[in-house]
Parts: sequence; structure tokens; C-alpha cells
Amino acid sequence: MDAASPAAGKPADNAILRRRRQELWVGLAILLALSVLPLPIRDVYTQNLIIITILFAGLSQAWNILGGYCGQISLGHALYFGIGAYVSTLLFVNLGVPPTLGMFAGGVVAGLCALLVGWPCFRLSGHYYAIATVVVGEIGYLLFLNWDWVGAATGVFVPFKGESLIDLQFRTSKLPFHFVVLAFAAVTWIVAWLIEGSRWGFSWRAMRDDVVAARSLGVRVFPSKMAAAAISGFFTGIGGAIYAQYVGYIDPDSVLAGHLSILIALPAVLGGVGTLWGPLLGAAVLIPVSELSRSYLGGGGQGVDLMIYGGLIVAVSLARPAGLVSLLGVRRAPQA
Amino acid sequence: MTLALVAQSLVSGLLMGLIYALVAAGLSLIFGLMDVVNFAHGELLMLAMFAAVVIFGLTGLDPIVQLPLVCALMFGLGALIYRGIIARALSLRFNRGMVQIFATFGLAIFIRGAAQFTFGGDFRSVSGTCLSNRTASFGAIYVPLPQLAASAVCLLAFAGLLLIGRTEFGRALEATREDRDAVALIGIDRDRIFAIGWGLGAATVGVAGVMLIAFYYVSPSVGANFAVIAYVTVALGGFGSILGALVAGIIIGEVEALTALVLEPSLKQVGMFAVYLAVLMVRPRGLFGKI
Repeated sequence: MDAASPAAGKPADNAILRRRRQELWVGLAILLALSVLPLPIRDVYTQNLIIITILFAGLSQAWNILGGYCGQISLGHALYFGIGAYVSTLLFVNLGVPPTLGMFAGGVVAGLCALLVGWPCFRLSGHYYAIATVVVGEIGYLLFLNWDWVGAATGVFVPFKGESLIDLQFRTSKLPFHFVVLAFAAVTWIVAWLIEGSRWGFSWRAMRDDVVAARSLGVRVFPSKMAAAAISGFFTGIGGAIYAQYVGYIDPDSVLAGHLSILIALPAVLGGVGTLWGPLLGAAVLIPVSELSRSYLGGGGQGVDLMIYGGLIVAVSLARPAGLVSLLGVRRAPQA
Repeated sequence: MTLALVAQSLVSGLLMGLIYALVAAGLSLIFGLMDVVNFAHGELLMLAMFAAVVIFGLTGLDPIVQLPLVCALMFGLGALIYRGIIARALSLRFNRGMVQIFATFGLAIFIRGAAQFTFGGDFRSVSGTCLSNRTASFGAIYVPLPQLAASAVCLLAFAGLLLIGRTEFGRALEATREDRDAVALIGIDRDRIFAIGWGLGAATVGVAGVMLIAFYYVSPSVGANFAVIAYVTVALGGFGSILGALVAGIIIGEVEALTALVLEPSLKQVGMFAVYLAVLMVRPRGLFGKI
């Protein structure tokens, strides 16, 4: 990346603005590339792989808002994902609310839930916070597993009511879903981009790097964390709702299980935590590796796929602590 | 619900709680020493259980007799994990906290895959040990001998851990925990202490695994269950406190047993999680936490 060399005039401001405009152009280019990417692909397996990758890029970006920019390592995001999936699906099944609306309801409930979790948990610091989020996620999983009204362990089938955009139901082709998840990922990216340049983004990063110093500068720590949690939970919930419509069936194991929380966090962490491109890059590497190794080596429960996946996580996190983005020479978001 | 039933539940809760406590103690020891949460801890337990199954299959040695051998193996593995992964994560200047979480998490997935590859996905156990299917009775309360033996060994292991704290090595451990840079000035090899700390932590969970195998099935995914309970136990007792792990483990075991009795058995973990969250609201650093 070109150095932010102080030019004439207001150097720092201009450099930052130029960089942010540049990011927007790169983002647009990636969006366009991803829009035409599926057109020549006829193979359903590959289409599915791309859709899942983009979905996780969006989910991980949502996680990144709380975990990266705000520095609160949540290991319980499966809860928000599952709540979004359940709320939207149950509204659709029981009341006929179209999922294009229902997913916002799911997002709002998930966001409220994130506030509810954050209110007690943000008093905890470091590992205590991370473990509390694991536990809250587990509680949600166990409650849904035993809650008959939401189908308990049997889960909920999403009935097919005919090809429809408003219901997000497409049988004949996977292509429409490609654009749904792409829109989702693009929105989360834009939100992250907006946050990065906003007053919030600056105070969150300051808080992440040094709580005491940030507080002394007038950053209100608790409300900041709550805001980040609500935004992060909202978008994770929307992602869950889209996923539910995509697969057409949800149960606690597929949308609330603890390993899902890690799957959501990993692309951001390995790609570059607290960066715009980290979640995208992380998802683009991690999801295909995990899916492909599972398809080609995972047959018969051999475990080789898990060894490759786990080994990759260890290797990347140790070799590239700042994430894969550091390979590209993309500058990290301003940090103390 | 009779009094005998409650008493029976309390006793089983205590016996299971001691196992939870010992699993958590290893985790707490490592955390206290170097601020690292080992997210592969459940997988270490699983490996110890498989080790006991394999050694039993090869030699027919009773798990209790295998204890020193499995402990030595686990100690070596723990030290190896420290040298190979943790030392590197600790040396980073950037993003250290997150790297250690996800590096140990990746290690957990790797170990699970390796176990799947080596042993397959079936559940295995050791049957026909000297204690199998034997029960002691105290009045109306029945206690299976494998569980009783496991609890006794757990208590001994705790005594051992607390005794280590009083030796020269224990003081070096404590000093390293207090200030990892200053100890270098008085001739303590920090790296060695950390490696031994990891060895001890892994050996501790090894003891729990070997004792568990006499009455619990092992499969490559058995670790996940125990791991979540171990994190709850450590956070409840306070990171870094061995005594805290013991007390919290017993509390967790009792709460689990009583929840299973009062509510449904499938909700037994909800009770312990709720108690943990409630305690954390009052004491954010756990019952005995200092860090």
C-alpha cells in the first residue's frame, strides 16, 4: 500500500479519505466480480460452496463488528444466528409472514437478545467474557433442544409455498440465493465500512486497545459495547434467517450448536480481525478448504478432513497473527 | 421424591463433581501460569481415555495401574504442545489473546480428526477391570466402586497439586505467575517453567481421563462435553485457583445432579450454567479468583 505520505494541505485527512474511497471502489469491484462469478457455473456443488462462502463472509463481518472493532471476543454468536433462523421460520410457518420481512424480525430479536446477553456479560473482561458467551450459547441450544413449541430436537421444516422472491423460496435454481447472500454480505461490509470511518468506530477501537485511556477521553465504554453487540447480533440474526430459507430445515444442531459460533468467528480471526477485508478473505480460504476436504477426504468419518482443517487454523493463526490480509499488504485499520 | 433418592443424587453429584474439578484443575493451572485458555483441554481428556483403552487392549493392565504411564505420556504431550504452539503464540506482540484461543481451538479440531482417523468414531470403554460392576453400599445409598476409586484418586491428585505449590518448584511457578519477566533476573528459566506447567496440566487431565474410562465411554467427540463444563468450573472457581477449581467442581457436580432430579435429565446442564452465570454477576472473577 502506498505510504500515507504527508502531502500539502491537510495531509492526514486527505490520506484517510483517499484510502476510504479506494476501499469503496475495491469493494464495488469485488461485488461486481462476485455477481458474474456464478453465471457460467452449472455445477450445483460449486454453486452451493460459493453461496455458503459468501454467507459466512457476511456472518463473520457481523461478528467482526463486535469481536474485531470493539474487541469483545464472542464465542456465542450461534445463539443470534439460531434466533434469527427460528424467529423468521416460525413467523413464516405459523403466521405466513414472508421471510423477507421475517428476517428483519429475526434480526431485531437477535439484536435484543445480544443486548440482553451483553448487559450482564460486558462487566466481565477477557477470558471471563469469552467463556460466559460460550455458556450463554450452550444454554440457548439446550433450551431450544427441549422446547416442544419450537419443535425441540426434531426442528422445523420450512414448507415450500412456490417459487417466490418475497418468500425467498427458489427450487429451480440456486442462482437467486447467490444474490440474496451477496446482498447480505455487501450490506454487512458497508455497515463495517461506515462504522470504521465514524466516531463510533474510532472510539470502539480506542476502547479495544486501551479501555482506561479511552474512558479518560470520554468514550462511554458500556453503551459502546452494547451498540456494537446490537448491530452484530442483528446482522447475525438476518444471516440465520437467510440460511433457514436456503436449507429449508432447521434444528438446534444445525443453527444453534456451539461449533457454529466458532465457524462464524474464524473467518474474521484468521482473515484479519478488525479489518474490512479480513472476514471476506478468511471465508474465501477457510470455507472452501473445509468443504472440499470434507467432500474428498471426509468419507466414512476418516477424520483426515478435520486434521487438515485444524492444522490450517493452527498454522495460519501462528504464522499470520494479524490475519491473512497482512499477506496482501493491506493496511490494518488505524490502531494505537 | 424420597430422602434416599436425594441423598443418592447428592453422592453421585459429589463423585462426578470431583472428576469435573480435576479436569478443570489442569485448565486452571495453565491459565494461572500464563494467561492462556487451552481450548483443546477436552481433547487432551479424550486422548488420555483412548490411551487407557489402547494400553488395556495391549497389556491388559488395569487402568489404575496404568496411571503413572498415561500421566508420563500426557506430561510429554503437554510440554510438546507448549513448545510447538503456545511458546510461539506467547512470543507474538500482536493479537496474542486471540491467537492463543484459536490456535488451541485448531489444535482441538486436529486432535479430534487424528483420533477419528486412528480409532474410528465408535464408542469404546474398558470393561473387566478389578472394580467393574462392583458397588459399595452405605445404608440405602449405592456407590459404584469405579466412581468411588476415581474420586479418591482425584482427591489425591488435588493434594498433590496443592503440595507442589509448597515445594521449591511451586514457588518458582508462583513467581513466574506473578511476574514473568522479573523471574529471569533470579535465574528461573521461564520457558522451562511454562513447559512443565503445561506438562502438569496435561498430566492432571490424564489422571481424570484414566479414572473416567472405567465407567464412561470414549469417542473422538467426548471432549466437547467435558470441556464446556471445565470452562464453567474454572470461571466459577476463578481462573488460576486450584482450590477454586475443587470447590467449583463439587458445586457444578451437585447442581447437575439436583437439576436432573428436579427438572428433566436433559436439562441438567442448564442448572449448572444458570448457577455459574448467577455467581458471575455477583463475583465477576469467580469464587476464588485473583487474576
